[in-house]
Amino acid sequence: MTLLQVRNVTRRFGGLTAVDDVSFDVYEGTVKALIGPNGAGKSTLFNALTGFDRPDEGSVVFEGEELVGRKPREVVRVGLARTFQNTQLFEEMTAGENVMVGSQARQRRGFTTAMLRLPNAVAEDREAREDASRLLRLIGIEEWIDVPAADLPAGIRRLVEIARALATRPRLLLLDEPAAGLNATETRELVQTLFRVRDSGITVVIVEHDMGLVMEVSDEIVVLDRGAKIAEGPPRMIQKDPAVIAAYLGGEVDDDV
Amino acid sequence: MSEFLQFLVAGLKNGSIYALIALGFTIVYAATGAINFAQGEFFMLGGMLCVSFTDLGMPLPVAAVAAIAATAAIGAAFELLAVRPIAGDSPLRIIMVTIGGAVVLRQLALHFFGPDERALAPFTEGASLKAFGVAVELQTLWIWGLTALAVVALALLYRKTAFGRAMRATAIRRDAARLVGINAGMMVTVAFALAAGLGALAGVAVAPLTQTAFGVGAAIGVKGFAAAILGGIGNPITAVAGGLLLGLLESFAAGYFDPAYKDGVALVVLLVVLFVAPQGLLAKAGRVKV
Repeated sequence: MTLLQVRNVTRRFGGLTAVDDVSFDVYEGTVKALIGPNGAGKSTLFNALTGFDRPDEGSVVFEGEELVGRKPREVVRVGLARTFQNTQLFEEMTAGENVMVGSQARQRRGFTTAMLRLPNAVAEDREAREDASRLLRLIGIEEWIDVPAADLPAGIRRLVEIARALATRPRLLLLDEPAAGLNATETRELVQTLFRVRDSGITVVIVEHDMGLVMEVSDEIVVLDRGAKIAEGPPRMIQKDPAVIAAYLGGEVDDDV
Repeated sequence: MSEFLQFLVAGLKNGSIYALIALGFTIVYAATGAINFAQGEFFMLGGMLCVSFTDLGMPLPVAAVAAIAATAAIGAAFELLAVRPIAGDSPLRIIMVTIGGAVVLRQLALHFFGPDERALAPFTEGASLKAFGVAVELQTLWIWGLTALAVVALALLYRKTAFGRAMRATAIRRDAARLVGINAGMMVTVAFALAAGLGALAGVAVAPLTQTAFGVGAAIGVKGFAAAILGGIGNPITAVAGGLLLGLLESFAAGYFDPAYKDGVALVVLLVVLFVAPQGLLAKAGRVKV
């Protein structure tokens, strides 16, 4: 079943067409990767999908709902969660609190309710904390729950960000270069986490430069070059695709590949 | 000894008021990165509205709660109708709008309440408590109690509730807050409402001791700002400490040197801190941020 339909999305910045008429589908329960050389338009496309940027043309339909023109927080409530290329945690909060912010943003309780329920705050906080620790356990980093985000190692930070995104209970998780800056061990842990996320029924779209990781985790790959889609298909097909090989090796070789 | 204790009581009394004002500065600063120079006017509005409501025949407790709620609503409206449309999220512009807003609020108060000083009845009638040669007015106990209650409630809100955590998250990183579905704009509105409510609480609590008038906001704003700067702006715990410390400094300066020095202390503190330690004297207490 198609969970996300991207149709003819185009985004221009002045004379530059950063995303050029890109269309693809994401099927429920699968992992889809977006790859391409630097500047291919992957992050711009991500921003267009999640309400952080508005495409000039095209539509993004998630379970029958049009997402173009919605604000990021509305997109989250529909069931799409994302992470950023440079990890954006709430630094002064602990790992657990970061996750709690994610899980509680859905509750939509107003300020007045919060004040009236203040006497119950301690009990409710304990419940929220248990939820957070359950999620961190799923990802295998429960022991970091009380450590301030600023003090976490890079690999754990990335996983906390994924946990926080999962805490918003998404159907679709979009990850922007989750392996960037991680060492080999941390990348292994990330791959395990991605499989666990997929197996829990959450669909994943990933932008990533680490080709080993991409080939291992993804069911389907979309290749972008200079804003346009040049190939789409399962990993084995993409590896042999002449247009893809030309894009990666034809011009300058991408540093990150 | 009893002289020392008397100065201590007076200092902690005024210090509590400064602490509430400083908390107001801190909350808005954390949410926007800007100083809200209308903070003192919320103090004035709290006292004046409470007096007006009792004039209308409301019992004092009802009038006090209504005045605080009304001032909080005015704070929210101020953010929605003036700060946001004019200044967006540019801290420098927000500062300018709050300076202008302070003048407007003061003139509106003059128009509606008139130029006269007004008095509010003490919350509890009765003689001062006397112990160890020190007299403590009952209203001072009210000020301490209400300040403590406000600080505890605020700490609970920020530390233990989803809403407070969302406010902190927005203050730390607005983009990431939107990422998890938080309405960042509303958090700023609530910050202004909370700050206004705290200012009003201070204004109501102290009105029976000092009387109040349309023009009292500017001076208390400077004191509260000095306290917030002393504590290192942006940190609620040290803001409270800064308020108490400023109250004590004032009280001892006035008591042991000359009462004329009292109002100068805040300005001296402000200048010294800004020259010597612009990040605040007390702000090292850790990564607590509203």
